[in-house]
Amino acid sequence: MGISLLVHETKGEEEIELLDLEEAIKRAKAQYGIEGIITGAIESTYQASRIQKICNTLDIECFNPLWQKDQFKLLEDLIQNKFEVVIVAAAAYPLDASWLGKKMDLEFIRQIKPLHEKYRINPAGEGGEFETFVLDCPMFKNGLKILNTRIVSIDNNHRMEVTVG
Amino acid sequence: MILVVNVCFEKLHYFEFVKPIEDILRNGGLEYSTIHYIQVSEKYLALADRIIICGTSLKDDDFLKKIEEFSWINNIIKPVLGICAGMHVIGLQFEGELENETEIGFYEESFSSFLGLNDSEQVYHLHNNYIDFFHLNEFEVFSKGRIPQAVKHRDKELYGILFHPEVRQKSLILNFCSKNNL
Repeated sequence: MGISLLVHETKGEEEIELLDLEEAIKRAKAQYGIEGIITGAIESTYQASRIQKICNTLDIECFNPLWQKDQFKLLEDLIQNKFEVVIVAAAAYPLDASWLGKKMDLEFIRQIKPLHEKYRINPAGEGGEFETFVLDCPMFKNGLKILNTRIVSIDNNHRMEVTVG
Repeated sequence: MILVVNVCFEKLHYFEFVKPIEDILRNGGLEYSTIHYIQVSEKYLALADRIIICGTSLKDDDFLKKIEEFSWINNIIKPVLGICAGMHVIGLQFEGELENETEIGFYEESFSSFLGLNDSEQVYHLHNNYIDFFHLNEFEVFSKGRIPQAVKHRDKELYGILFHPEVRQKSLILNFCSKNNL
């Protein structure tokens, strides 16, 4: 995409991770002069409100362009706009290791819909039910190819580590 | 037709503060038309049955610099609902003053018979300011806390809410648009 990337590590501990995020945004503001943050928050007020607070403290804009969007419509939009997305982690029953590597396509929507209705699995995975990896999208200069995968399962948490090229 | 008024300075904020309101109206089978507040004219106001003035981002105060663009509120006899920033502009037309108070996220608020709200509700807040409608004689306050959350003009159908109903109180929008207003 030709956009600078800033990497900031966190241990992912609840609430402490927000201080890490604030630190990362401070660094981005200092190094690159960013004037705002764009998030992918759809329904998660937990995510949205915390990032809003950080942006408010740092006096930068906060944009949530997917806010309250119908999540199945969002998936359809991604497919229509040729996003190539694969599932790389599953962490909510009844999702299991068989979901790893699945493409987000019309078949995925057909399969996730009954799980949304019966188990309230969030179709966009916003609750952490699953994680995704974008291999290609209209903003990429070149798409990525998965060269190698390694599946790690611990209890009901399954992840697919990928090597891409 | 419901006239939806966008007060956002940044175009990208339309998706966060205006489109969710449009979606509620569309899903409710209601006809609507959206314009930016700078474009509001007698022609649009004449076509509208009801008017909703949407909110905007925490950092956006551009609409406050052009508050005269909302002077039509003083003379309108049609129902108007102001959401957050929309509530601010209604209050400012009646010489209310902005007070500072930052509230972000879910808060428990209590209401009394206001567009379907009758009790305690978790509402989503996103504001740095509010207007103390308790000091505006023209308005009645329908919430119980220190900061007015829901107000209505005593003689006109001018409604204001400080919270964002598109998150947890979608029916409030439809109640405002219904003829009986509950």
